[in-house]
Amino acid sequence: MRGGLLLGDVLRVAASGLRSRRVRTLLSALGIAIGIASLVGVLGLSASSREGLVRQLDALGTDLLTVGPGQTLGGEDTTLPLSAPKTIARVAGVGRVATVRSLGDATVRRSDKIDPDETGGLSVQAADPTLLATMHGRMLRGRFLNAASGRGPSVVLGAVAAERLGVDRPGRQVYIAGRWYAVVGIMAALPLAPDLDRSALIGYDAAARYLGSERSATLIYVRAAPDAVERVSTLLSSTVDPANPEEVDVSRPSDALAARAAADDAFTGLFLGLGAVALLVGGIGIANTMVISVLERRSEIGLRRALGATRGHVRIQFLGESLLLSGLGGLSGVALGAVVTTVYADQRGWQAVVPPEALAGGLGAALVIGAAAGLYPAVRAARLSPVDALRSA
Amino acid sequence: MSAVLALEGVSKTYPGGVRALDDVSLRVEAGELAAVVGPSGSGKSTLLHIMGTLERPSSGRVRLDGHDVATLGDRALAALRARRIGFVFQQFFLLDGVTALENVAHGLLYTATPVRQRLAAARIALERVGIGRRAMHLPNQLSGGERQRVAIARALVARPAIVFADEPTGNLDSRSGAAVVELLRTLNDAGTTIVVITHDQQLAHQLPRRMTMHDGRLVGDA
Repeated sequence: MRGGLLLGDVLRVAASGLRSRRVRTLLSALGIAIGIASLVGVLGLSASSREGLVRQLDALGTDLLTVGPGQTLGGEDTTLPLSAPKTIARVAGVGRVATVRSLGDATVRRSDKIDPDETGGLSVQAADPTLLATMHGRMLRGRFLNAASGRGPSVVLGAVAAERLGVDRPGRQVYIAGRWYAVVGIMAALPLAPDLDRSALIGYDAAARYLGSERSATLIYVRAAPDAVERVSTLLSSTVDPANPEEVDVSRPSDALAARAAADDAFTGLFLGLGAVALLVGGIGIANTMVISVLERRSEIGLRRALGATRGHVRIQFLGESLLLSGLGGLSGVALGAVVTTVYADQRGWQAVVPPEALAGGLGAALVIGAAAGLYPAVRAARLSPVDALRSA
Repeated sequence: MSAVLALEGVSKTYPGGVRALDDVSLRVEAGELAAVVGPSGSGKSTLLHIMGTLERPSSGRVRLDGHDVATLGDRALAALRARRIGFVFQQFFLLDGVTALENVAHGLLYTATPVRQRLAAARIALERVGIGRRAMHLPNQLSGGERQRVAIARALVARPAIVFADEPTGNLDSRSGAAVVELLRTLNDAGTTIVVITHDQQLAHQLPRRMTMHDGRLVGDA
């Protein structure tokens, strides 16, 4: 005598079991869906944001170095030698070099009527004409300083400075340290040098003539060949000041962005943990639904045993329902997570990246949770004696 | 004569010492329509469960369709129920969410029969019990009498050697009940072996053979 249950029938029976309890099915699948969606969303968003940062780093270049004065062992501030830009330019692997000098006391204002103490967080710096090219910068309006405009009362504004001063086009005038300067250009934002965004830049000659400033730089921007960045970086301080290399401060602005990417990873771990908790709660919801389902359907279990179901058939029916339930939740969760990632990344102007591991892992996690949640109810249903199950109705 | 069902000296004692069945022996031949009748507590439900292989006796032998039930494991016993035994219950036990046709087809679910053949057989079984045109209705769209006919069709669909009907008219008004009894007689005339378990003497008197239970013993057979 042979009995048996076909594989397709396992699915069919599980599906019809869920269909006859639609609301409960929907709600418990929703629990899993939310958990999976948050996991996929967190992974997708962190991957997208990392991808965004990597693209930004690629666009900006990681080959920019800055050289500035450090401190002596005694804690006093040092200055860079006047010859520093020339000696740096001679180092093998160094491309463009440009310097700025901070004009500490000078302030930039919209007019002479405004209190000199209200700097608006803006500073005034002298700059080389080569600065724009060295920074791979771009002009929003007008032109950068050149040899001619650098000698006279002309000024180029960083993006933030222009906005704070209310200057939207060249031709306007701003008031710097007791004199009017004509705005000749406005720079686009420089993500690697937010300092320059908040500066009003004038020529070295103008700085010397009108403000009596010295010509030694306070910061030198250096572009190195991409494959020589590390070597150049270690050479720079001894090149600038062979006697006291430790008094020269060399740094790499792109490191700050890279650090931000690393910090994002730390948050990803935290949010993944929260997502896992949501998933666990969803799994408990499924287990709860299945336990109640077994209690309610004792007579159905009895009937099935009378129709020739073995204990194994009953067990696999309830396990199948649980798996179907969690699989349903997992699929919708994965889809929801991918949509959330895409929409959010789109808003931030990132390329949406949904790692395939997150999709497969999400669905897999849902099924594992479903199997775990369904196991106990299924075993309980199978243990029920047919007579007890029928008598309970 | 080929006995479809034979019990020899069957007793059932439940934990706690309750003796539900006491040395019951009986034979049911192929093509019979018999009643097991007795008041509640007489042991007839336990007898049904043991005859239907849903429960094993404490002692004695049960042979069904040539198989010694004691020698069969859970799987073989389940296969025996799936193919050779049909059950009709007082509460019908139809699945709410599926049509009458699918409910009947469920009678073949555990026989490894492909779904198309199950549905085809279910259609024929529904015609046999006279409600073929209700095939696509859900149980809650059917009257009590119609539901019991669906349940009877489900018991018949696998062409079992024997059908056990447990108080088949218990949840029906007298007219539907009479119609169900009439249906059982018709099916029996066509060759189906049927054992009806009931406390209803009037119902039992309409059947050719009556086995009377009292306090766990078989006290009459006529």
